Amino acid sequence: MDFTFSEDQLLFQESVRSFLVNENTPEAIRQLWETESGRSDALWAQLAEMGLTGMTVPEEHGGLGMSELDFVLLAQEAGYVALSEPLVNSVLVAAPLLAECGNAELAAEWLPKMASGDARVVVGLGINKLVEDAHCADLLLLEQDGAIYAVDPAKATLRANQSVDPGRKLFGVEFNSADATVIADGDTAQSLIANALNRGALGVAAQALGLAQRMIDLSVQYTSERKQFGVAIGSFQAVKHHMANIAYKLEYAKTPVYRAAYDIANKLPRATLSVSHAKLAACEVADLAAKNSIQVHGAMGYTWEVDLHIFMKRAWAFNSSFGTAGFHKQRVAAAILADDAPLGAGATF
Amino acid sequence: MKLEYTAEHQAFREEVRAWLKANVPAEPLQSFDTEAGFQQHREWEAKLYEGRWGMITWPEEMGGRGADLMQWLIFEEEYYAASAPLRVNQNGIFLLGPTLMEYGTEEQKKRFLNGMATGKDIWCQGWSEPNAGSDMAAIRSRADLSEDGMHYVINGQKTWSTRAVWADWCFGMFRTDPESERHHGLTFILVPLDSEGITVRPIPQLDGLPGFAEIFFDNVKVPVDCRLGGEGEGWKVAMATAGFERGLMLRSPARFQETARRLVALYKANQQSADEDPSIRDEVLSAYMDAEAYCLTTYQTACRLMQGGKIGAEASTNKIFWSELDQRMHATGLKILATRGELEPDSPDAGDVGRWLDGWLFAQSGPIYAGTNEIQRNIIAERMLGMPRK
Repeated sequence: MDFTFSEDQLLFQESVRSFLVNENTPEAIRQLWETESGRSDALWAQLAEMGLTGMTVPEEHGGLGMSELDFVLLAQEAGYVALSEPLVNSVLVAAPLLAECGNAELAAEWLPKMASGDARVVVGLGINKLVEDAHCADLLLLEQDGAIYAVDPAKATLRANQSVDPGRKLFGVEFNSADATVIADGDTAQSLIANALNRGALGVAAQALGLAQRMIDLSVQYTSERKQFGVAIGSFQAVKHHMANIAYKLEYAKTPVYRAAYDIANKLPRATLSVSHAKLAACEVADLAAKNSIQVHGAMGYTWEVDLHIFMKRAWAFNSSFGTAGFHKQRVAAAILADDAPLGAGATF
Repeated sequence: MKLEYTAEHQAFREEVRAWLKANVPAEPLQSFDTEAGFQQHREWEAKLYEGRWGMITWPEEMGGRGADLMQWLIFEEEYYAASAPLRVNQNGIFLLGPTLMEYGTEEQKKRFLNGMATGKDIWCQGWSEPNAGSDMAAIRSRADLSEDGMHYVINGQKTWSTRAVWADWCFGMFRTDPESERHHGLTFILVPLDSEGITVRPIPQLDGLPGFAEIFFDNVKVPVDCRLGGEGEGWKVAMATAGFERGLMLRSPARFQETARRLVALYKANQQSADEDPSIRDEVLSAYMDAEAYCLTTYQTACRLMQGGKIGAEASTNKIFWSELDQRMHATGLKILATRGELEPDSPDAGDVGRWLDGWLFAQSGPIYAGTNEIQRNIIAERMLGMPRK
C-alpha cells in the first residue's frame, strides 16, 4: 500500500506549475480573451515541447506512454492557472480513445501528430451537449447514435456559443455521417464512450482541485492586504473561517481524485464509482471556494477587475461538464445501494 | 502509488479477524459510563492485552506488536467491522502512552505502561479548567514544589474530564511557576485519583450518564517522580499529546465507515418513508462518500508518515472533518427513523432504532472536545494558509 506520488511525479508537477504560473498569467488570459480563437499556438507548442501533449500517447506512436495517474497532478496545475488550451481533454480523453479504438490506421496517423503537438484532436461525447474547442481541432471524434465517428472539421458545421467563462469555446457541431468514418459502434463504442467519460470527468475533477487552491491563494492574499477598521480583514475570524472551510474540504477532495486516477490507470471495475465520487467532491469544493472567495473579496469580487472571476467562472462551467452532479449521484447510488455492494470498514481497497 | 494490500497485510488482517471472531463478546457490553459497564470494559481490555491486541502499535517488550500505521489501520477496520467494544482506556493507550514513550523516564515507563495496557489503570485527562477550555494556556490550577523537593502540592480544579468518575489516574497540566503567564511555567503531572484531597463530582452528559466530571484538588500531595518531562515543560509535552489526539490516533476511519454502512442499511430498510424527503438519499450518498474520503486521506497521511513525513496543521482539517461528518450521519439516521428517532433503543416500539439517538447525542460533543472546531479553523487559517493573526 502506497498512497503517495513518487519523487519524479512531484518534481514534474513542480516544474509544470512554475512554467504555467509564469506563462499563463491572468494578464495573458485576458489578452487571449480578446483574440478570435482564444487559443495560443505559441503556448501549445511549449506544452508539446515539455512532452505534455504526448504523455498518454503510446511510445510506439512517439509519446511517453504514461498513465492517467501520471497526469492527474498536471491536470490539477492546469486548473490552478485556468488553462484554456485543450491539453487536459487531449491527454485524458482524446489520445487514449484513439489508442483504444481499434482503428490502427487512424491511430497511427493521428497519435504521433498529437504527441508532437502538430495536431489537436477533440472529442464530443453526448453527455456534453456542446463540443469544446471544435474550432481549433484538426480531427473531431464525435459520439452520435451510439457510434463514434471520425470527422474532418472542414466537413462539419460549427455553431459558436459563448460560455460564462470567456476562456471556454463551445460549439454545436453538425455533420453528415456519410462524410465521416465510423470508428466504433455497438458494445465497443459503448465501452469506449464510458471510459472516455470517466477520463473526462477525472480531468474536470483534477482541474477543480487546482481552481479551488487558486481561489484560496488569491483570497488569502487579498484579505491579508485589504484593510478595514485599521487592520487586515484576513485577521477577522469570520473571514478566516470562510477560508478554512474551503481548505479542509479541499484536503478530502484530493484523495478521491487521486484514487479515481489510480483506478482508471489500473482499469479497476470500481473506477465508475470512484470517478463519480471524485467529480462530486472536487466540483463541490470548487463551488464553495468561489462562493466564499467572492464574499471575502467584498464588492471587488463582483467585478471584472480582480482576477478571482477568471477562476470562479471556470469552476461554475465545470459543474455540468462530463456529467452533472445529478448524473454522478445516480452512479454513486447505483453502486452503493446495490444488494451486494461492499461497504464499511475494510472495503475501501 | 499502489493502492493494494500486500500478502503480509492480508495475512495480518486474517489473523485479527480470526481472533476477534473467537473473542468479541456475543452480547454488547454495558456503557462504560456505568459502574458495571466500566468493569466489563476493564475485563475486555485485559483480554485484548492477553492476545497482544490491546496496544498493537506499542513495542513488543511493552506488550504490543510494534505494528506500523498500516497494520494499525487494518486492525481498526477489523475491530469496528466485528462490532468489538469501545476502548475504555483510549486516553491511556492512544494519548498518554505515546507521550510517556517520548518524554517518560525508564522508571516511569516501567511503572505506568503495563498497568495502562492491562486495563488495571484507567486514565483520564486533566486539561480543561472552568476558564481554560480550548485555551489551555489559561490554566490556573497550581502545583507547588514542597521545600524538600519531594512532592508537589496541587490546588485547583479541572473539568470535562471524560471517564474521571471511575478512572484510576489523571494526567494534566498545572502551573508550577505562580509568576508565569500563558504557556510558560506549566508542568505535566500524573495524579492518582485516590489521593487525599481529591473530590470528583460527576457531570451527567446529554444521555444522563456521568460520562465526565469535575476534579477538585485541595492540597493534594503528589510525589515529584509523577512529573512527566521537566518542570515548566508541560506545554511542550502536552502539545505532543494534543497532536496525537487531533491527528490519526483518536478517530480511525473504520468507525465512520461502519456508521455509513449502517446508515445505508437503515435507508434501504426504510426507503419508502425515507424518500418522502428526497434530500435524504443525497445525505446517505454523501455520508458514504465522506467516510470513504476520510479513509482515503487517512491512508495517504499514514503512508506519508511511514515515509518519514510529519503531521502538521492538517491534523486540524482531520478533526473538523470527522466530527462534522459524525453529526451529519446521525442527523440523517434520525430523519430516516422519523417519529421513532427520539426513542431510546430499548423502548418497546423502537424496532430498528438501534444506536442512532445515542450516536447523535455523542456526536454533539465532537466539534467541542479536543479543541473546538472554531479553534481548529483558526489554526488552519493561520498556520496552514498563513492568514494574519492580528
